[in-house]
Amino acid sequence: MPHDSDHTHDHDHGSELSDMQRRVRALETVLAEKGYIDSEALDRIVEAYEARVGPHIGAMIVAKAWTDPDFKAKLLADASTTVRSLGIDRQVGDHLVAVENTDDTHNVIVCTLCSCYPWDVLGLPPIWYKSTAYRSRAVKEPRAVLADFDVTLPEDMKIRVWDSTAETRFMVVPRRPEGTEGWSEEQLAKLVTRDSMVGTGLARRPEEVA
Amino acid sequence: MDGVHDLGGMDGFGKVKPEPEDKKPFSEPWEGRVLAMARALGSVGAWNIDVGRHGIERLPPHIYLAATYYQKWQLRNEKLAVETGLVTAEELAAGHANTPAKPLPGKVVRPDDIAGMLVRGSYGRPEQAPARFKVGDRVRARNIHPKSHTRLPRFTRGHVGTIERIQGCHVYPDSYVARGEEDPQWLYTVVFDGRDLWGPDSDPTLEVSIEAFEPYLEAV
Repeated sequence: MPHDSDHTHDHDHGSELSDMQRRVRALETVLAEKGYIDSEALDRIVEAYEARVGPHIGAMIVAKAWTDPDFKAKLLADASTTVRSLGIDRQVGDHLVAVENTDDTHNVIVCTLCSCYPWDVLGLPPIWYKSTAYRSRAVKEPRAVLADFDVTLPEDMKIRVWDSTAETRFMVVPRRPEGTEGWSEEQLAKLVTRDSMVGTGLARRPEEVA
Repeated sequence: MDGVHDLGGMDGFGKVKPEPEDKKPFSEPWEGRVLAMARALGSVGAWNIDVGRHGIERLPPHIYLAATYYQKWQLRNEKLAVETGLVTAEELAAGHANTPAKPLPGKVVRPDDIAGMLVRGSYGRPEQAPARFKVGDRVRARNIHPKSHTRLPRFTRGHVGTIERIQGCHVYPDSYVARGEEDPQWLYTVVFDGRDLWGPDSDPTLEVSIEAFEPYLEAV
């Protein structure tokens, strides 16, 4: 009997997180049978996040801000309205806030309470952004977190961490790398990484994309 | 609630593991289904974003810490679908429906609706009263420990910061989860000095901000 009860205990403990594929299929089947969801619409949602929504949208916005001072000023004042004014098919919702890295301030975005992330402009967050390690440490020892990304900042640079605790969504406008004078927006966008728009990275240097 | 989800400032979780820029968003196909179900259920009005978040926060602590992101979402989807009466536990176990559907306020998402529903909704609401604070005011994050949902992280409670931005009036998550009322409140960006939060040995170059609803703050 001790063996049997041990076995039952192990099974109960593991069952909550095992067999996810079956659980997901069961929930989807029941919801679809009851008419709350349309499985074909779910296919389209998955496709959109796999193929259409991603950091290339944010990169385009940053590249424009680097080349157009008027656009940058408006972006920093009201990012949602300004991005919508581009008239592109990549719409963004309300409450987007763009913050700029400068010679003396580096910005980092985190969500300590869950995993709020600017999906409209960066797509779905990477696993590290949602991890307990990042969420716990970014607000307390951001330089140590940046070291995990091989990023070292000058000792006197101010580090500003933005904890996304409400429906405002933040994106970082990284510093424009030197040696990119005269580059087009398309060329510049290739320098803008996902991590640089979260603040755990810097924009690529020209030689990194050559 | 003072749950394990409120992670800011905790030690012991180890290094952050960077990922390639081009990594695909879903590691397994079921993860995409979980996300899509959550979005579709949101659109049809099964529950709002705050109730959804609180559903994840209410997972048992050992499950919260052991589960992956989409595992948490799946467990939350199941839990809220049962709690709100959309489905029964028996139906989930059987993998098939055997009770009538419950009417929901929104429209079921169809394939042609996707473009519109991918844009985030607005949480801004008309102001109910003038803003109590202005940019530059010094404020203290209240020392509150509600048992229900709140968005005031523990690491700021009791500490003094400065109002930096006024973000408008927004749906107040605490009231929505507790009573189903939007109860719009002013939302502020409040910035704290790292040393005020973490003590004299903290990084002197660090500033941390939160987005704080007016009821979380008191004048200093």
